[in-house]
Amino acid sequence: MSLKYTIAGGLLMAAMGASASAQSLVYCSEGSPEGFDPALYTAGTTFDASSHPIYDHLTEFKVGTTEVLPGLAESWEVSEDGKTVTFNLRKGVKFHSNDQFTPTRDFNADDVIFSFDRQGNDDNPYNQVSGGTWEYYAGMSMPELVESIEKKDDYTVVFNLTRPEAPFLANMAMDFASIVSKEYADAMLEAGTPEMLNQAPIGTGPFTFQAYQKDAVIRYLRNDDYWGDKAKVESLIFAITPDASVRYQKVQAGECHVMAYPNPADVQEMKDNENIVVMEQEGLNVGYLAYNTKVAPFDNPKVRKALNMAIDKQTIIDVVFQGSGQIAKNPIPPTMWSYNQAVEDDAYDPEKAKEMLAAEGVENLDMKIWAMPVQRPYNPNARRMAELMQEDFAKVGVNVEIVSYEWGEYLERSKAEDRDGAVLLGWTGDNGDPDNFLAVLLGCDGVGASNRAQWCNEEFDDLIQKAKILPTQEERAPLYEQAQVVFKDQAPWATIAHSVVHMTMRPEVEGYVVHPLGGHIFNQVGLSQ
Amino acid sequence: MLNYVLSRLLTFIPTFIGVTLISFGFIRALPGDPIVVMAGERGMTPERYAELSAQFGFDRPIFVQFWEYLTGVLQGDLGNSFVTKRPVWDEFFALFPATLELSFCAMIFSIALGIPAGVIAAVNRGKFFDRALMSTALVGYSMPIFWWALLLIIIFSGNLGWTPVSGRISLMYYFPNATGFMLIDSLASGQKGAFASAVQHLILPTIVLGTIPLAVIARQTRSAMLEVLGEDYIRTARAKGLTSGRINGIHALRNALIPVVTVIGLSVGTLLAGAILTETIFSWPGIGKWMVDSIFRRDYPVVQGGLLLIAVMVMVVNLTVDMLYGLINPKIRKR
Repeated sequence: MSLKYTIAGGLLMAAMGASASAQSLVYCSEGSPEGFDPALYTAGTTFDASSHPIYDHLTEFKVGTTEVLPGLAESWEVSEDGKTVTFNLRKGVKFHSNDQFTPTRDFNADDVIFSFDRQGNDDNPYNQVSGGTWEYYAGMSMPELVESIEKKDDYTVVFNLTRPEAPFLANMAMDFASIVSKEYADAMLEAGTPEMLNQAPIGTGPFTFQAYQKDAVIRYLRNDDYWGDKAKVESLIFAITPDASVRYQKVQAGECHVMAYPNPADVQEMKDNENIVVMEQEGLNVGYLAYNTKVAPFDNPKVRKALNMAIDKQTIIDVVFQGSGQIAKNPIPPTMWSYNQAVEDDAYDPEKAKEMLAAEGVENLDMKIWAMPVQRPYNPNARRMAELMQEDFAKVGVNVEIVSYEWGEYLERSKAEDRDGAVLLGWTGDNGDPDNFLAVLLGCDGVGASNRAQWCNEEFDDLIQKAKILPTQEERAPLYEQAQVVFKDQAPWATIAHSVVHMTMRPEVEGYVVHPLGGHIFNQVGLSQ
Repeated sequence: MLNYVLSRLLTFIPTFIGVTLISFGFIRALPGDPIVVMAGERGMTPERYAELSAQFGFDRPIFVQFWEYLTGVLQGDLGNSFVTKRPVWDEFFALFPATLELSFCAMIFSIALGIPAGVIAAVNRGKFFDRALMSTALVGYSMPIFWWALLLIIIFSGNLGWTPVSGRISLMYYFPNATGFMLIDSLASGQKGAFASAVQHLILPTIVLGTIPLAVIARQTRSAMLEVLGEDYIRTARAKGLTSGRINGIHALRNALIPVVTVIGLSVGTLLAGAILTETIFSWPGIGKWMVDSIFRRDYPVVQGGLLLIAVMVMVVNLTVDMLYGLINPKIRKR
């Protein structure tokens, strides 16, 4: 044990010494992971520390895009009816080892089946381990979608689905679909410590887990047996630093190489600092104001359209996002395939808005705007945003009352079909598929739940239902593009903004790519001398 | 003395039950449902909600839940965190040494500077030293911790590069956390420079956390000293021709210490409150930030268990302070 610590310490000292080659990458992360078994959790902070460095998935997102590539599955076939997906697994993939466990076999179909069975099958001995609620598995409707998983042979797994579902392949690249070792799980169950699967993770990914001290540090070492492109640094360290200003100080002082989530107010200074590199990309999210389309006068698309024209979005971007945002015209972000560039946003024109409202017979309208009590990536300050809208609407003769509830209450109450008022909310994408935005947030199935506009439009719903079962992106994209046109015309929401994600790093960091799905991935990041 | 300690210990029992009840009730009195918070924007079906409610035991009557919690506590089981799924007990004791180490250093810092400052101010009453020290103390007392911490980091870590920005020890050092106290573990590791690094990392957080107690102790010492210095026996001591060092140091200070010790005891609560902000800024892996995160996530077992354990610590400290009174002033012990 002590030898291991000495070696690790020595490696690091060499890495940080001025003359030695740079081999340790230090990332100032924003918080502690909830655990290391990604399927148990839903937070991005947890996935950064578990799913990305330690695990692989059947399919993988190409870093920097939402494109789906082969991962632990070398290839796959989808049946004619779209209900059977056969994965051909990669051979010779090694699991990590630790003090309690050394694998005796390579990755195979048993691991794939176990990784999903424990989430969906109440009788699996791991179903209740660590109080598992398998939130993401349930959230992506996997229990309804997956009828059965079969092992055809050691390197062929067949997923039988209850319906054709194009986004399924992207779902397999998600964090909850991380492939864990069945052999390790069995060994830990036998040893009476099944929770080790979550606390001392074993995966097949580019880094092996070395140590974790809650709220302080996580350490990883390069997996030299990795099947794919090996990591560029010998060790990866997460220095957990909750305060954004302190993270920035640490980057400046050289105590870490990369940091996430800078304060928007600091971004300009960072850009001006020649010893700091700032990368930016639109986040895969959208912040919106959802009218209740079931309550008059908001059941009238022309009224909604007029209100949309009364909102000065540029001021919102400047004031609320402090520049770290971009005006949204579509309900999906511009980094997503099928984003319809041709759609034109409702121009800011209070005079015309006033006329339109008068034409529809709307006068002295009183309405409520719901402002979220929490900060989210798609809306850093909902209260301020609501106040700006209040001023904008006052200019067209609409009197706004701002209401708010505790976050849990807010989410719950805003689902009600008879809700009084328009609600500020947003969404961050899970799998990079347009269906994950359009069906969840605007589909007829979501009315009374995640469809906060309570909007059910036959034409729109037909388009997204058809697109969902077509096999290729080329066939699906035109339908989604058309759906965005219907959306804009009917205006169930005022689309407000997509946040812009900033990553701050030292100039010696090489090869970092901002990932649109929000993860921070260091598998191919290196350090120059 | 034994009777005195025993009678004080007996008062623990109702306080303990009261704290259990309050900590259980407090987090539930806040609006917000942990299951809904967990689901976030995605939401969940009513069936799924019912299933999770049952899993967490929320579907049972509240008094049944309390009874189970209480019996668990008495058996030393504080439950598992909803979020990390790990036992509250394990998490607390993994994090508490860091808070204890920092609070202890901050306490030493504030006593070591606060008492001399108060004495000097009292002896020089109305003169330059007194005014300078007491205005500084007022500034220290009013200082927002968050701002003060960032100011120190920017000056001493950012501009001057004298101290590290945050953390407990340089990432270069990696050794097992045998005790959780970095000063001890770094010495025990035998790695060259580890202890020095741990000390360097402690400097700024100690100053930040110790600032308010320092100001309070200095002001309290000054006013207690002034009161005592006006007593007859001090005049007698002066008339006897004792040196002023002996008068101030022994006759006056010892008698002035009772209210100061009280303030020091009460500062423990202030320290724990200050630890929340100090720990967040300095990335100090202690219980302050852990508790705050848990309140936001409505992680009932952690909030309940954490509050209970902290309350017990404060109770123990108060008991110790009461016993110290007895040592300083034998009259209290006999009553």
